[in-house]
Amino acid sequence: MVGFLSALDRKLLRDLWRLRGQGLAVGIIIACGVGIMIMALGSLASLQESRSTYYERYRFADVFADVKRAPNHILADVRDIPGVKSAETRITRIVTLDIEALREPANAQLVSLPNEGRPILNDLILYEGRWPDLLRTEEAIISRAFAEAHDYHPGDRVRAVLNGRAQDIEVVGIGDSPEFVWTLGIGSLLPDDKRFGVFWMRRQSLERTFELDGAFNSLTVSLLPGAIEQDVIDQLDRLLAPYGAIGAYGRDTQFSNAFVESEMGQMVAMARIIPPIFLIVSAFLIHAILSRLIAVERQQIGLLKAFGFTNREVASHYIKMAVVLSLFGVLGGILIGRQLARLATHIYSDTMRFPEIIQVVDSTAYASGTSAAILAAILGALSAALKAASLKPAEAMNPAPPTIYKRGGLIPAWVASRLDEPTRMIVRHITRWPARAAMTMFGIAASMALLVGTLFAFDSTEEMIETIYYRTDVFDAAVTFADTKDYESVSELKRLPGVLDVEPIRDVYVRFHHGLHTERGSITAIQVRSESKRLIDAEGRVVGVAETGLTLSSRLAEMLDVGIGEWVTVEVLEGRRPVVELPVTAIVEEYIGYAAYMNLEEIGRQLGEVRIISGAYLKLDPDQSTAFSDAVLDRPQVASVALRSAVIDTFNETLEETISIMMTIYSLIGGAIAAGVVYNAARISLTERGRELASLRVLGFTRGEAAYILLGEQALLVLVAIPVGALLGAGFAQLIVIGMSTDLYRVPYAMAPSTRGFAAIVVLIASIGAAALVAQRIRNLDLIEVLKTRE
Amino acid sequence: MHGLTKVYQTGAVKVHALRGIDLTIETGELIVLLGASGSGKSTLLNIIGGLDSPTTGRVSFLGEDITEYGPSALTQFRRAHVGFIFQFYNLVPSLTARENVALVTEISSNPIAPEEALRMVGLGERIHHFPAQLSGGEQQRVAVARAIAKRPNLLLCDEPTGALDSKTGVQVLEALKTVNEELGATTLIITHNIGIAEMADRVIRLSDGMISEERQMGRRRLPSELSW
Repeated sequence: MVGFLSALDRKLLRDLWRLRGQGLAVGIIIACGVGIMIMALGSLASLQESRSTYYERYRFADVFADVKRAPNHILADVRDIPGVKSAETRITRIVTLDIEALREPANAQLVSLPNEGRPILNDLILYEGRWPDLLRTEEAIISRAFAEAHDYHPGDRVRAVLNGRAQDIEVVGIGDSPEFVWTLGIGSLLPDDKRFGVFWMRRQSLERTFELDGAFNSLTVSLLPGAIEQDVIDQLDRLLAPYGAIGAYGRDTQFSNAFVESEMGQMVAMARIIPPIFLIVSAFLIHAILSRLIAVERQQIGLLKAFGFTNREVASHYIKMAVVLSLFGVLGGILIGRQLARLATHIYSDTMRFPEIIQVVDSTAYASGTSAAILAAILGALSAALKAASLKPAEAMNPAPPTIYKRGGLIPAWVASRLDEPTRMIVRHITRWPARAAMTMFGIAASMALLVGTLFAFDSTEEMIETIYYRTDVFDAAVTFADTKDYESVSELKRLPGVLDVEPIRDVYVRFHHGLHTERGSITAIQVRSESKRLIDAEGRVVGVAETGLTLSSRLAEMLDVGIGEWVTVEVLEGRRPVVELPVTAIVEEYIGYAAYMNLEEIGRQLGEVRIISGAYLKLDPDQSTAFSDAVLDRPQVASVALRSAVIDTFNETLEETISIMMTIYSLIGGAIAAGVVYNAARISLTERGRELASLRVLGFTRGEAAYILLGEQALLVLVAIPVGALLGAGFAQLIVIGMSTDLYRVPYAMAPSTRGFAAIVVLIASIGAAALVAQRIRNLDLIEVLKTRE
Repeated sequence: MHGLTKVYQTGAVKVHALRGIDLTIETGELIVLLGASGSGKSTLLNIIGGLDSPTTGRVSFLGEDITEYGPSALTQFRRAHVGFIFQFYNLVPSLTARENVALVTEISSNPIAPEEALRMVGLGERIHHFPAQLSGGEQQRVAVARAIAKRPNLLLCDEPTGALDSKTGVQVLEALKTVNEELGATTLIITHNIGIAEMADRVIRLSDGMISEERQMGRRRLPSELSW
């Protein structure tokens, strides 16, 4: 009777069971690769789904435009623009908050709600409480993250400084809108839920407070299907130009959406760059395991062929074995990946404020993970399987001819003559099978590279903090005004307690034109010899802003395709809206955004303004910072205050949390590769040299001495692999730096020696652990058997 | 050795490999152990060589009871005192003849130089050849050189000529005889081959785990006079 499984399939399953230790090592590596792929693609799919559902259900706008003050009747003209589906006007403003629990001021973005009902666009999801009452001007819905950070609930009161007047705002509801999925603290690179919140209030109360009766300063637009966004933007810019428009923009540069996009892009990069490393290593391991198995089973293969099995049947037997093995890995990967995806989406939901995370089972993530793993297994098995198929039956049934070793070779004679015999055995074994040794070495190097290439991100972040907060933005506080002011405000600020020095700045919204390129942005004008804001040139030197002309960040220069000495047309979007031609006189390196700088005096000349400023950088007496915080809040026209120390603290807190989690995860998966590779290499070596080692044990070699011969080879390869892996990892990190840099971010490449050291320690520990498992088996070598049997 | 027994438990079956052996071996003696397969001769050799321990009984070597030894003491015992020669040579394929011998001399306290040991077995010429480049007889003579280079007190040979034809077998036996005479190593040779018995001081036959015959030989014959 023919059973469910053919005899050959039974052999396959038994072989796999016999090789379970090695199979497990390969399986874990495949599982890591597939798991990371499923995690990255799976959580990406969940976040995309959560985002699009949120955007759709709460009608996230397509185009946004900010103006200084425009009359409400313009709205009708906006609605007439071809392609516009709906449009809504509103009032938004950044204000300071005076929260007792905080030493330093916090900021809120106020956004108006229609006087009746809900917004047409950027609608709110209300988690708790109710909508503000039209007649009660102090009521607000506040954003959930901010509410959670301070444990605010409906009925609580928050003190805000509105147009210079302190006013208690009553929390009546807690909500969110698709416009603020991602928020950053003022002056920060990270979300800061304690110091930044969004407050939605009825329009009437904001109109009164900010003297915008019958007018608006923010416009949101949704588009009809098929509408061309850029056309609508151009029309809006023309229409709104007289009202102090600073340029309409689409979702791609809408702050929150751009950050979310950038995060998602990093996930895609992760799914593309990291899993292939695991799968390539697993292919190497499968190749090594099958090559050895086929050497051991040489006579059986001869027998099978003598019985009439075809070459194809023999080859497919071994390929099948690799595929079955990889399927176990895939299964493990799916289980790991699903858990990791859930974990990742929850981590992301801390910074991306979606009302709910919709867990999506992304079948393409599973399909691509599975097929990539199977493909890697087949590629790994192919050459070994073909070798098995090509064995001639009569030859194969005889034992394999003895291995021929050679003297000399890679090792110079003067070194060779000084080696003891066990070391000589190790060296000859490596030089006899250089390709195999190289594969093992590269496998271990891959684990090192993976560790170095992921953990460097923390060094990069440190480098970023170091550069921004300790080399360039060295002011203690940055103050922005709600409107432009004259120089008088400088002396006003100087009189505040604790203020040692004030440096005025002027931010101007502009549009840059060069050739066919147009970019919306702003120019920050600072003092030439500013001690608060400094810049970094291409050589990494700290420099000041150029006395004349434009100083561009390299990103903006790239976007405009412009170099030093070339001229850029600058269309100013404020005041009299002059258009001026300015030469690019310096290019500086910046990590975030795409800034442009000018000499404060020079911009006054170019714009025909007299000593107009929009904010200031302050140096503070550290002992009086609380007094300063209290006093600055009472100043009218101060829109926001950012304290550098608070920003740095938040940064460090957030980093410490993520660093320990990520270090653990990466160490586990990076260590898994090293352990898997070393374990396999040592096991294969043990099957090949078991008899040799048992003979040596009989001759009086101790277990330790026998283990040295077996594991010394692995140890040597690990020692070579660590520097090679560090180099590969540096290259890998550069790739990631390129892969992850977006318009918003430019991640610097930095690698601390301690990162390489940490990675090397993880690789060493994993290798030693794997080697110890194999060394156990030396204890069980059958010493008596070798006296009797021929190999 | 006194009252040696060895019982192997394989599954439900108990195999009595040795059933009470009493034997005294003099220093420098050359003994041939004869017996059919399963007669217990290999078990006896393994116990003497410190590879295995008896179920009951004692083995003393130079006044010490080696049956009391633990695994590492046994390793040290083998390392210091015992030379093994295997039926299938068991040379390290990645080392040359000289290096195979050096492998052992490096861990011995008072070894013979590898070149000298190889010269004693008549292989002075081919010391830089790898095992794969040597004939079976040559490989076995390398194994002999490797076993004797540490100046062992005990030289244990399990079917040393079993895989060889008679002409090369004689060369190996010549080498064993030279070593026995020049170094005074007590030598035990296991063989199926009665012909070899002629070169011994004493011949012991085992059957069924017991000594069934013990014969003191009058005159040791030269290996070249043997035939099988």
